[in-house]
Amino acid sequence: MLDSPEPAVVATGLRKAFGGKVAVAGVDLTIPRGGVFGILGPNGAGKTTVIRMLATLLPVDGGQARVLGHDLRTAGGEIRRRVALTGQFASLDEDLTGRENLTLISQLFGYSAGEARQRARELLAAFGLLDAADRQVKKYSGGMRRRLDIAASLVVTPELLFLDEPTTGLDPRSRNQVWDIVRSLVSAGTTVLLTTQYLDEADRLADRIAVIDHGRVIAEGTSDELKALIGQGTVKVRLADPADRRRAAELLTALLDSEPLPRTDPVEIDFTVTGDAPVAEVLTRLEAAGFAVTAFSLGQPSLDEVFLAITGEPSHEDADDSREDPE
Amino acid sequence: MTTVQPRSEVSSVLRPAAEHPEPASPLRASLVYAKRAMLKIRHVPEQLFDVTVFPIMMTLMFTFLFGGALAGSVDAYVQYLIPGIFAQTIIMITMYTGLTLNKDIEKGIFDRFRSLPVWRPAPLVGALLGDQVRYLLAGAITMALGFMLGFRPEGGLLSVLVATVLLLVFAFALSWMWTMIALLVRTEQALMGISMFILMPLVFASNIFVDPATMPRWLQGFVEVNPVSVVVTAMRDVMSGSPVASDILLVFVWSAILVAGFGPISMMLYNRKT
Ligand SMILES: Nc1ncnc2c1ncn2[C@@H]1O[C@H](COP(=O)(O)OP(=O)(O)OP(=O)(O)O)[C@@H](O)[C@H]1O
Ligand SMILES: [Mg+2]
Repeated sequence: MLDSPEPAVVATGLRKAFGGKVAVAGVDLTIPRGGVFGILGPNGAGKTTVIRMLATLLPVDGGQARVLGHDLRTAGGEIRRRVALTGQFASLDEDLTGRENLTLISQLFGYSAGEARQRARELLAAFGLLDAADRQVKKYSGGMRRRLDIAASLVVTPELLFLDEPTTGLDPRSRNQVWDIVRSLVSAGTTVLLTTQYLDEADRLADRIAVIDHGRVIAEGTSDELKALIGQGTVKVRLADPADRRRAAELLTALLDSEPLPRTDPVEIDFTVTGDAPVAEVLTRLEAAGFAVTAFSLGQPSLDEVFLAITGEPSHEDADDSREDPE
Repeated sequence: MTTVQPRSEVSSVLRPAAEHPEPASPLRASLVYAKRAMLKIRHVPEQLFDVTVFPIMMTLMFTFLFGGALAGSVDAYVQYLIPGIFAQTIIMITMYTGLTLNKDIEKGIFDRFRSLPVWRPAPLVGALLGDQVRYLLAGAITMALGFMLGFRPEGGLLSVLVATVLLLVFAFALSWMWTMIALLVRTEQALMGISMFILMPLVFASNIFVDPATMPRWLQGFVEVNPVSVVVTAMRDVMSGSPVASDILLVFVWSAILVAGFGPISMMLYNRKT
C-alpha cells in the first residue's frame, strides 16, 4: 500500500449542507489503495452524502478531495472513468430485465451490441442471476437486486468501488454473498469504500474504519485500533433481583477494571471490556458472592456502544436534534 | 436456484483496465438511452395509452364539436383543423417527457447514469429521442383518422412527411422546457399542474382551432407570436402545397431558442440535482 503513487482518496474538510441543514460538517479522510475502507455511522450520519460527493454526483460546498489522484472539482470526468458506485437504493431500471440492464450499461461503457450481450451473460452467470436474467428487476428479491446492482458496477472493473450500505436489509445468506463479492474484488486489486451501520460488518470486511456521526469523523483506524479504543466486547449480565444490582456492579467493576455502562433496566449490568479482561470469571464470582444470574452474554459492542465509548453519549437516530456543536 | 458463487466466479469476470473499451461517444450513448426508452415501452405498453387514445379523442372531439359551428360544415373544417390537431396532439404529449424524467429521478437510477463516464446530457437526449417514436405513433394515428374524416392535403403525402419533421423538431426543442421543469419541481402533482398551466394558453390561444382574424386585437397579438401558431402556420403552408420559407425558418428559430434557453439550464440543474 505504501508504495502506491497516491492514496485512493484524500479528502480534507469536506462540507455539504442541504438548505440550512449541515449534512457533512468537515470530513477528513485518507483512504489507501487496495483493501476495504469502511465508513461506519448511524442513520443520518452523512455516509451517503460523503460517498455521493466523492463519486462526483453531488457538488461539494467546501473542502478539497483527490480521488485516485484527480481533483474532485476539476477532473470529474477522469474520476468517473475509474470509479463505480452502487448506491444505497437500487440504481437499476425496474421495468427492464436484469439482462437488459447489464446490456445497456455495457454498451454505454463502449462494448458493441454483441459484446455487450456477451458481457451481460458473463456477469449474470458469475453473480448467480442467469435463471432470473429475463425477468423484470421489479420482480427480483432484495439480494438479487443487490447482486445485479453490484454487477452493473463491475461491467468495467473500477479502480475504486463505492458501496453504500450494500447489505442493509439483506438476509444472512445474501449478506454473505455480498461479502464474498467484495473480497473477490479486493483480491483482484480494486479498492472498496463501503458504508455500513453494522460494526460487525465493518469489523469483518474493512481494513480501516472511519466512524462518522453528525457529519464528522469521530474515530478512525484499523479494526483493532478501534477496538482498543472502545473495548473488545460487552459483558451483559441480568440479575434475578434488582436489589443486588449495586453490589454486583461494584464486584464486577473491580474484577473487569471497567465502569458499568449507563442502563435504565434495573436488573441489567453491562460492561465494555478489553481483550484480556477475565470475563470467564464473571459468572463464578457472581455465584460465589450469592447473586442469582438469569442471563449472561459476551458480545461484540453494538454500534450504539461504540458511540457511547467514543463520544460519551448515545448516537442520535436523527441528526435534526438540537445538540450544540462540540466545538 | 441461486447458489452462492465461489469466489473465483466473480474474479473471473473482472477485466483489467487494459481490456476496457473506450466509453460510448455522445451520439452512441444517447442512442443507447433511446433504446432504453424503447425497451420500457415493450415492457410497459400501457404507457402508450396517452399517445394512442389521446389523439383519437382530440381529433374526433374537436372536429365534430367545432366543425359545424366554426366552418359551417365538418368537411370544410377538417381541411383547416387536422394540421392543427396534429400539432396540438404532439405538443400536449411532450408534457409526458417531464413526467417520465421525474419518475426516473425519484428512483435513484439517475445516480447510476450520472456516475457513468459518458457525455452527461446523454440520458436526457436519449429520452427525448425515444419520445420521438411516441410522437410518430401519435402523429400516425391522428393523420390516419384525419384522412378517414376527409382530410386531403394538396401537397400530397410528401408534404405530410415534411410537416411531420417540422413538428418533431419543434417537439424535441419544447421537451427541454419540460425537462427543466421536471428537474425544478419535486412532486409529480406539482409538475402536472405547472405543465397544464403552460400548455393551455399555448395550445388554445393559437391558430389551431380558429383563424386569429376572428379574435379581439389583444389576443391576436399573443396568438401571432405564440410558437405553437408559428409551427401550425408552417405546417398548413406545407400541407396545402405552398410552403413559405420564412415560416419554416421561424420554426427552426423558435426551436433553436428553446434548446438554447432550456437545454443549458436543464443540464445545470441535472448536474446539481441532489
Ligand atoms: N437531498 C437532501 N436534501 C435534504 N437533506 C438531505 C438530503 N440528503 C441528505 N440529507 C440530510 O443530510 C443528513 C445526512 O444524510 P445521509 O443520507 O448522508 O446520511 P446516511 O449516513 O447515509 O444515513 P442512512 O444510514 O440513513 O442512509 C441527514 O440528516 C439527511 O436528512
Ligand atoms: Mg445513506
